[in-house]
Amino acid sequence: MDSHSVATAPGELVGGVDPHSHPSFLRHHFESVGQQREAASFGMWIFLLTEVMFFGGMFCAYLIFRNWYHPAFVAGSNTLDITLGTTNTAVLIGSSFTMAMAVYSAEMRRRSQLILFLTLTIVLGFAFLGIKAVEYHQKFVDHHIPGPNFSIQEFVHPSNPHAIPLSPDMAQKTQIYFSLYFAMTGMHALHMIIGISLLFFMVWRASQNAYTEGHIMPVENFGLYWHFVDIVWIFLFPLLYLISRYR
Amino acid sequence: MSTIISLPDQATARLPRKSFLNEEYGIKSWLLTGDHKRIAILYLVSITFFFVIGGALAGLIRMELLTPPSDLMATDTYNKVFSMHGIIMIFLFLVPSVPATIGNFLIPLMVGARDLAFPKINLLSWYLYMAGGLIIFAAMVLGGVDSGWTFTTPLSTHYLNTHVTTAAIGIFLAGFSSIFTGLNFIVTVHRMRCPGMTWFRLPLFVWSHYATSIIMILGTPVLAITLVLVALERTLDIGVFDPSKGGDPLLFQHLFWFYSHPAVYIMILPGMAVISEVISTFSRKRVFGYTAVAFSSVAIAVFGFLVWEHHMFIMGVSQYSALVFSLLTMLVAVPSAIKIFNWTMTLYRGSITFETPMLYAFGFMGLFTIGGLTGVFLATLGMDVHLTETYFIVAHFHFVMVGGMLMAYLAGIHFWWPKMTGRMYPEAISKVSAIVTFIGFIVTFFPQFLLGYLGMPRRYASYPADFQVLNVFSTAGATILGIGYLLPMLYLPWSLVYGAIAGDNPWQATGLEWQIQSPPLTVNFVEIPVMDHEAYDYEWLANKTVHEVQTVG
Amino acid sequence: MTEKIDPEHQEQHIVGPPVYLTIVITLLVLTAVTTGVAFIDLGVFNPIIALAIACFKASLVVLFFMHIKYSSRLLKMTVLCGLFTFMLLMTLTMTDYISRAWGMW
Repeated sequence: MDSHSVATAPGELVGGVDPHSHPSFLRHHFESVGQQREAASFGMWIFLLTEVMFFGGMFCAYLIFRNWYHPAFVAGSNTLDITLGTTNTAVLIGSSFTMAMAVYSAEMRRRSQLILFLTLTIVLGFAFLGIKAVEYHQKFVDHHIPGPNFSIQEFVHPSNPHAIPLSPDMAQKTQIYFSLYFAMTGMHALHMIIGISLLFFMVWRASQNAYTEGHIMPVENFGLYWHFVDIVWIFLFPLLYLISRYR
Repeated sequence: MSTIISLPDQATARLPRKSFLNEEYGIKSWLLTGDHKRIAILYLVSITFFFVIGGALAGLIRMELLTPPSDLMATDTYNKVFSMHGIIMIFLFLVPSVPATIGNFLIPLMVGARDLAFPKINLLSWYLYMAGGLIIFAAMVLGGVDSGWTFTTPLSTHYLNTHVTTAAIGIFLAGFSSIFTGLNFIVTVHRMRCPGMTWFRLPLFVWSHYATSIIMILGTPVLAITLVLVALERTLDIGVFDPSKGGDPLLFQHLFWFYSHPAVYIMILPGMAVISEVISTFSRKRVFGYTAVAFSSVAIAVFGFLVWEHHMFIMGVSQYSALVFSLLTMLVAVPSAIKIFNWTMTLYRGSITFETPMLYAFGFMGLFTIGGLTGVFLATLGMDVHLTETYFIVAHFHFVMVGGMLMAYLAGIHFWWPKMTGRMYPEAISKVSAIVTFIGFIVTFFPQFLLGYLGMPRRYASYPADFQVLNVFSTAGATILGIGYLLPMLYLPWSLVYGAIAGDNPWQATGLEWQIQSPPLTVNFVEIPVMDHEAYDYEWLANKTVHEVQTVG
Repeated sequence: MTEKIDPEHQEQHIVGPPVYLTIVITLLVLTAVTTGVAFIDLGVFNPIIALAIACFKASLVVLFFMHIKYSSRLLKMTVLCGLFTFMLLMTLTMTDYISRAWGMW
């Protein structure tokens, strides 16, 4: 297969199959590699559209309850560990960078570099999940996981002398905050776990030279997914961790 | 002006030696296929299965309502029966009915492609549908769900001991199946059109499915996350929708109807897609106002997202907001009316013939118009307070969904049956069944308008004796309707073996799908066609011999 | 509109490491800024600034990491379509929540 199957000229999309360029990854129902690639990338974007709306429902709930129970959201937000949260944001942005570099390596057809960046993305992904697990554990210890064991003690009689105590009624509403916290970060973490599983598969395929001979679509599309998960976190971080921190 | 074309003599027609049906044999060649036509057949079989179950439940409901007291079943059983009827009919029949079967089969053929853009995702969507369907079926067998198909919180989250979570998981999976169908359609329409197939040469069938797909991919995920939150509320007690913890049950309604109102357009738009094709073909005339019909599909899809709150007018939403939504709701009537008007104008001075699909299409136009106009009643705030949660609303959405969508679905199945199978359905008996369906439908659901207007509430197993006469009419009509649906289920399989050979283009229709052999080859087109004429160009068809689109392999 | 000049199609553009590095450093700096600003009392502007920075960061990711800046108009429209529907969900739901108590006190 030749090099121009990577960078496809627009004219090539229209005509029939070029007999000189018919790589093995071109599926039978596509006329050209360019068409296949554009279809795949467009399809991925449409899938991301559904993901936007999937998280959108929770963001909508967040907006409403934050306005209704602002003091409870402030108190709940201030119990989160901002150092871990900021670190995690940096880790995830870093993983987005390594993923972007992985796409670049595939485009440049550098196999070992591709494997390196994919592996780095996995490592950073696990780092994120690890830090998240520490935070979840802390919430578990504090009885801040919604459900029968939820405790409002910390909000009615705060241990931190600077914190403003809430009335028991408003303190109950912190449970809504934590429900949304766990639903949103949990759904985000689920997307990370799915992403990391796919990354393992891709490292294995990359080692077989699957993506460095012109067929970079899977890497590119996975990159889109991974960046999307990053974007969700970019919004979750200020919304969940940074409510009125100056208190 | 219509072009007069005589239907071809089918006596000389022969089945093609090779087609997608006999390309490969064995159960594996079906279950692992990537061929959109085979996946369409898989869908056709499975949604018929769920339709039969949903229909049987409808029969039980009508039987219970034959007499005023709840004597056939206990009231909580009745709750389960109507809930399962709604869940199965909406999520497992109406949403995938036309898009996943007829649409799946035809969209690549109509745009001149060899397959949908992502055949594996297409197959995955069928497996998700089956998984979702079987989980919902399991929920029913294990004891059912009695929350109604709307899963209203906090009833569904805190007061029910039935299989709500199981059903929610099933709907979640079925939802992703429809997301993948929609994704595939959009990418196919954008990326796989054959040379010369510009947007305004696409058949209106494709336009409508494009609009449907937009709703599928943008609406369904909101339903998915809502059901996830309901499931989390039931299992982990998180409290987002629980008023006792400060949550808001109305928020559930907002999120649920954000999908479920556009979902009714997921159900009706593909029906309109079928009707556009059928009306044009059997009037032998280009659809009047092609552009208007095309854009009205997209307009319905967009307006569909702006009106959901009309399901919540009596639930304590803001009056001011309700006012806005009431006006927006009436706006949807405009594109729907454009469609009906344009179809009527297509009929005007056409060379109309009354084959079975056309009879169903006439049924659609009449019943959909009644259903749509009563929708305007319900959009009016003052009327809605009186009519909502009564049988008026039941009759309204059954006129649109059953009278509209099911008629269109049957029209489509009959219309493309020769293309799918290569054989004709028996014309005489199918005409009888179309008429029986129409009569049965009117007798079943028209009395429900009256019942609702008189104030009979929906979702109750018993009712005051004054309402019995109309209810008996309704149940009698349901019996006739049942026969109307049973007949195609008998004669269509019969025609697979004994039906007359159809030939390539038995209706002398203009779509690309009719210019190839029936049933088509697995690759659809031996040579990718070049579209050199407008859609519905009957002049072109009459002079077609010079422009033969493709050779049969 | 013929296929050849169809704006839906566009040549593949390869983005290089310098661009990615610039973006990732900007993103990290903005993360530090948004965290820092949260500790300063700015009244109503706290959430506004936080969201503005988040939107800016997200736009950088979409435009450069996800290559939308170099993509066809179709993909740009797709992204806008998603945003539009998301805004519909938010604003139309809020019409209810904002005005629910009007005239009831």
